[in-house]
Amino acid sequence: MSSWIAFWNIVRKDIKAYYLKPPNITWGLIFPLAWTAMFFIRTGGEVEDVLYLLPGVTAVSILFGATSMLAVTVTFEKKNRSFERLLLAPVSFQTLMLAKTSGAILFGALNVLAPVMIALFLTDLSAVAWHVFVPAVFLIAATSTFFGLFIAVAVNEVFEAQTYSNFFRFPMIFLCGLFFPIEQIPPLLRPFSYLLPLTYGADMLHGAVHGGNTLSLTVSFIVLCAFCTALFLVSLWNIRRKWIM
Amino acid sequence: MDEIIVADGLVKQFDAVMAVADISFCVRRGEMLGFLGPNGAGKTTTINMLTGLARPDAGAIHIAGVDCVANPKAAQYHIGVVPDESNLYPELTGFENLCFCAALYGMPKQVRQQRARELLTTFGLVKASDRKFGGYSKGMKRKLTIAAGIIHRPKILFLDEPTMGLDVSGARQLRQLIADLHGAGTTIFLTTHYIEEAERLCDRVAFIVSGRIVKTGSIPELLAPIQGKHGMLLVCDGHDTEATQTLAEAFPEMTFTRQDKDTLRVEADSPILVGPLARSLEAHHVEILEARRVRPSLEDVFVDITGIEAKAMSDKR
Ligand SMILES: Nc1ncnc2c1ncn2[C@@H]1O[C@H](COP(=O)(O)OP(=O)(O)OP(=O)(O)O)[C@@H](O)[C@H]1O
Ligand SMILES: [Mg+2]
Repeated sequence: MSSWIAFWNIVRKDIKAYYLKPPNITWGLIFPLAWTAMFFIRTGGEVEDVLYLLPGVTAVSILFGATSMLAVTVTFEKKNRSFERLLLAPVSFQTLMLAKTSGAILFGALNVLAPVMIALFLTDLSAVAWHVFVPAVFLIAATSTFFGLFIAVAVNEVFEAQTYSNFFRFPMIFLCGLFFPIEQIPPLLRPFSYLLPLTYGADMLHGAVHGGNTLSLTVSFIVLCAFCTALFLVSLWNIRRKWIM
Repeated sequence: MDEIIVADGLVKQFDAVMAVADISFCVRRGEMLGFLGPNGAGKTTTINMLTGLARPDAGAIHIAGVDCVANPKAAQYHIGVVPDESNLYPELTGFENLCFCAALYGMPKQVRQQRARELLTTFGLVKASDRKFGGYSKGMKRKLTIAAGIIHRPKILFLDEPTMGLDVSGARQLRQLIADLHGAGTTIFLTTHYIEEAERLCDRVAFIVSGRIVKTGSIPELLAPIQGKHGMLLVCDGHDTEATQTLAEAFPEMTFTRQDKDTLRVEADSPILVGPLARSLEAHHVEILEARRVRPSLEDVFVDITGIEAKAMSDKR
């Protein structure tokens, strides 16, 4: 019970203090808009293309939303030492970090609202398998967040958090089959694609939106869950090692 | 009185720096222990190890019977920590900050809001309660940080340099608050480099220098060697080494130390009279401009034991 009060208040505080700030909300809207528009123009502007773009735009929106928020907020709190408050609280470390990441996962997942709304406006989404789409969104949000946490622990400065996450994020856009199938990636690079969780998330989204998945949905689901657990545990281990000096 | 904090052989090294080198001490239930030492002595590092923010390289810590090295989270419900720097959330208001900290200890909403209001009143921050913490003055930040540290009514409170950066009245107010908490039965571990503060507030004091405890004792115990000693400060005009020499020879029962260019400190086991000293100095054409009796204090003990001048300690800040 008391852990739950702490958990819920950490999530609520983060949402209030960071995620609901106007710049972040606009980011959550403008960024997907920009991506959608860019690819739309690039592919010639056929309305049917929207279905093929939606998974990619969705995945990118979540990836960028979740990683940047977490990497920045955690590094920021580490820097101004308010993170020590959490470390001093009589709440297990796992609960603390789950609370810290829940807000970012939620924020990342909510970033899909913009692209989905636009798509809804432009085309018919009745064929979308939402029972696959929604879990895929949350799994991508969770892996992206834990990936952000992993980076946050590795760096000391807020700007480093941004630089490092971009170092990984931009290649992911091309390697993870967001906008073109993985088969089109040079064979030499393809193994890297399968090392990145986003590949599985994007594949699930393609499957959910237009049935174009190349892997089994169950396999992707399991792989994503495994990535979440592994990234979370590694980050916990890293924080214990590096921040409790 | 049972021992509520027991530290045994604590060691902490940062690369080449030996921050804490084999420290052992205990704090009894309801006691206020002062950790007194200069900058870089290892005070904060010790607090961090005791509260679970740092892992000792060696040694054992037991708080309320719990082995804190093996299980750092177990004792945290009973302890409150006020760090040397304010570490609340700049983007939350004073009230929100307190409520958030209370929530970390699992306090239900109504209880934490009431407790937050109560503490804002105690610390005279009611007017600022809806302002963002980031916009608080240094003293206000300090007060709110302390309020946050005691929000869950901890049995044990760690205070790292609580009055640092406060003005005279702020510091006095805060000392009164600390004394009240202590009076109400809270065990307090306090670090400071203000000797007077330690003498006034603490039951026992440990002198820490370069990561080692050089002396521990209750205030009366520490003062015992200088009890019955008499001291006087003489401000002289045109005073020189030769004059001191003469005095030392003329009054072998007294000790003379030059504190600065024209201040001489005299110590003796019996009351000191100014007259004979003045006459002796007159022969050297040195005039006494001011003579002041001083009560030997913890400061003298500290200087005796550590060789560190108290003034140098506070000046470094
Ligand atoms: N994280 C760290 N990394 C490297 N060295 C450290 C670290 N923390 C403390 N030290 C070193 O350990 C020594 C003790 O530091 P500590 O902060 O405990 O001193 P202190 O007694 O609290 O001093 P102050 O009165 O200035 O607060 C110092 O030499 C300091 O430079
Ligand atoms: Mg310190």
